[in-house]
Amino acid sequence: MQSTNKNKAENAYLNMDLLRFTTAGSVDDGKSTLIGRLLYDSKSIFDDQMEAIEESSKKKGDDYTNLALLTDGLSAEREQGITIDVAYRYFSTPSRKFIIADTPGHIQYTRNMVTGASTANLAVILVDARAGVIEQTCRHSFIASLLGIKHIVLCVNKMDLVDYSEEVYKDVVSQYKEFSSKLNVPDIHYIPISALYGDNVVEKSDKMDWYGGSTLLYTLENVQVGSDHNHVDCRYPVQWVVRPQSNEFHDYRGYAGRVEGGVFKPGDKIIALPSGFTSKIKSIHNHNEEVDEAFAPMSVSMTLEDDIDISRGDMLAKPDNQPKVGQDIDLMVCWLNKEELHPRGKYTIRHTTKQARCIVKEVKYKVDINTLHRVEGDLSIGLNDIGRIRIRTTEPLFYDSYSRNRSTGSLIIVDEFTNNTVGAGMII
Amino acid sequence: MRSYKLNHIQQLESEAILIMREVAAQFEKPVLLFSGGKDSICMAHLAKKAFYPGKIPFPFLHVDTGHNFDETIEFRDNLAKELGIEMIVSKVQDSIDAGKVKEEKGPRASRNSLQITTLLDAMEEHKFDAAFGGARRDEEKARAKERFFSHRDEFGQWDPKNQRPELWNLFNANKEYGEHFRVFPLSNWTEMDVWQYIASEEIEIPSLYFSHEREVFERDGTLLASSSFIQNFEHEEIVEKTIRFRTIGDVTCTGAVVSEASTLKDIIQEVASARITERGGRADDKRSEAAMEERKKQGYF
Repeated sequence: MQSTNKNKAENAYLNMDLLRFTTAGSVDDGKSTLIGRLLYDSKSIFDDQMEAIEESSKKKGDDYTNLALLTDGLSAEREQGITIDVAYRYFSTPSRKFIIADTPGHIQYTRNMVTGASTANLAVILVDARAGVIEQTCRHSFIASLLGIKHIVLCVNKMDLVDYSEEVYKDVVSQYKEFSSKLNVPDIHYIPISALYGDNVVEKSDKMDWYGGSTLLYTLENVQVGSDHNHVDCRYPVQWVVRPQSNEFHDYRGYAGRVEGGVFKPGDKIIALPSGFTSKIKSIHNHNEEVDEAFAPMSVSMTLEDDIDISRGDMLAKPDNQPKVGQDIDLMVCWLNKEELHPRGKYTIRHTTKQARCIVKEVKYKVDINTLHRVEGDLSIGLNDIGRIRIRTTEPLFYDSYSRNRSTGSLIIVDEFTNNTVGAGMII
Repeated sequence: MRSYKLNHIQQLESEAILIMREVAAQFEKPVLLFSGGKDSICMAHLAKKAFYPGKIPFPFLHVDTGHNFDETIEFRDNLAKELGIEMIVSKVQDSIDAGKVKEEKGPRASRNSLQITTLLDAMEEHKFDAAFGGARRDEEKARAKERFFSHRDEFGQWDPKNQRPELWNLFNANKEYGEHFRVFPLSNWTEMDVWQYIASEEIEIPSLYFSHEREVFERDGTLLASSSFIQNFEHEEIVEKTIRFRTIGDVTCTGAVVSEASTLKDIIQEVASARITERGGRADDKRSEAAMEERKKQGYF
């Protein structure tokens, strides 16, 4: 890494990793309690926050401090004792900084799970040991898999309510193994926990000697997320053209953006899409510092040897490794709005730095998220439904499949009348 | 094979720059809300980096309660000069004089909620359609539910139950005429991340953040600076202490902490061992459990 700032190298804290994870479970699986427990036991709770929830617990007549209150942000949530919207939480240990997207379990709020999962490396999925794997568990796991999450930690919670029974745990694990064999998730961990009492969350439980595995925190700290980014296929969507027009930088023309794949170096031959013109990279800047390479997810600015016409929405790639270019796109869509997807409907889409319009050409099938089979004879895509569709766009997109590149393979669908984001699309 | 990795601060910086450029590209008239605090100073630094060597393509707006620390105003004006940006100052006093808002009375009077009207009027007057705020999700529980791009209706209101889903790094800025967005590039940063960034980028910050002698008094467990803007209760004793501020806002509600931290390194150590959140010292948040949520719904930052 070319960090020229000496402070950066000296500072151990700055060499921390970042892990983004999402949590999912159905209502009452104890998700908020688990997050409260993680924050509390990892000493990320401040005294004034603790005092505030102790007071609230007393007011509500709870006989213990309800750690779940730590994550309830809105007054409606506190009144109803449920989580409505995705909440982001932060904590760190000496080796990693964590961003938690805490997503609600209610069936009507699945769109929040999709939101949380879209930027996560890992999903923590909770099941109630007494209930085992239920429809919600399958839905959440499927969404995690669909959104390209490579690591799942299945927490079998409320072990205290089943006498810390190994048999119950093993039964849940085998149910999940059977279901998850149909998913595209290479790395699955299983942990028996009690979020309420803290068993196997941060501290190892002394009530489950039969369990030889790691605690949840240890797993989160040590799971090898490798890189979620594609460092093979060079993709640079142009976000902003920098033209200072000042005396000092009179002829400067820089292309600002974030690298979404591959490694770019000065001297590399590039092709600009859609024009097809080729040139060479003259320099790559991170602010006033020239760098000798740029890779995902660095935000940089590039200058080229030749003056070619490039604007926002265009993409730089390598001539021998170009993205697909096309207007007929097949995608898996997760519908996020009460108003159903209109077959033949027209929508706005956003893909990398490009905005375009599209028409829905065909709904191919809808997925039954419990069996992962196609639903026969029903092509309506409503709120929380997942289906495969084909769209035609008003102009060509420069894309890769979602499984190859999460950035160039994803798009959002926007309603042209309400301006709401109504669909999340993953290109096949 | 060599591994291509960014540490967490580099990832957060890249994300914030992506968002700033996205706002400049997707909106017609963005503005950066500048409070003089460290978070808005960080935003100014990120904006400089995002568009370098071009100029920052939007003005800054300071909603001025009139109850400022002198250091804040001096720092603000110097920064504007250095960056070559336009610093628009909208005064709460003007809203009071125009009869749009009424000043609170008594020792606990604060102009905090009065800022909402001044801010919304300035947005309308200048036809700003997006305003960058330095709010972070770790600051306060209502803020934990914010999007990066937070949609506000024509009244400037936030509807927490009806937020747009925000996926990947695809930001939907489409809106009706008259509506606007608040955008929070530092959403995923923590107080510690901000301090580490200030240290590693060697960003200049006001002297108020470092340990100094000041006349203060205690109220409801919070140390407040003695000031002509605050009416004191009889029992409140003004004493001189060695303090620093963890956040900087309006004088009447910015709590100080007793501290010997006089360098960034000291501050980082202090933050690492702190047992109270930084907003724990903010009198404005102590008014009720849902204080921040209520203010946000009305159009607060």
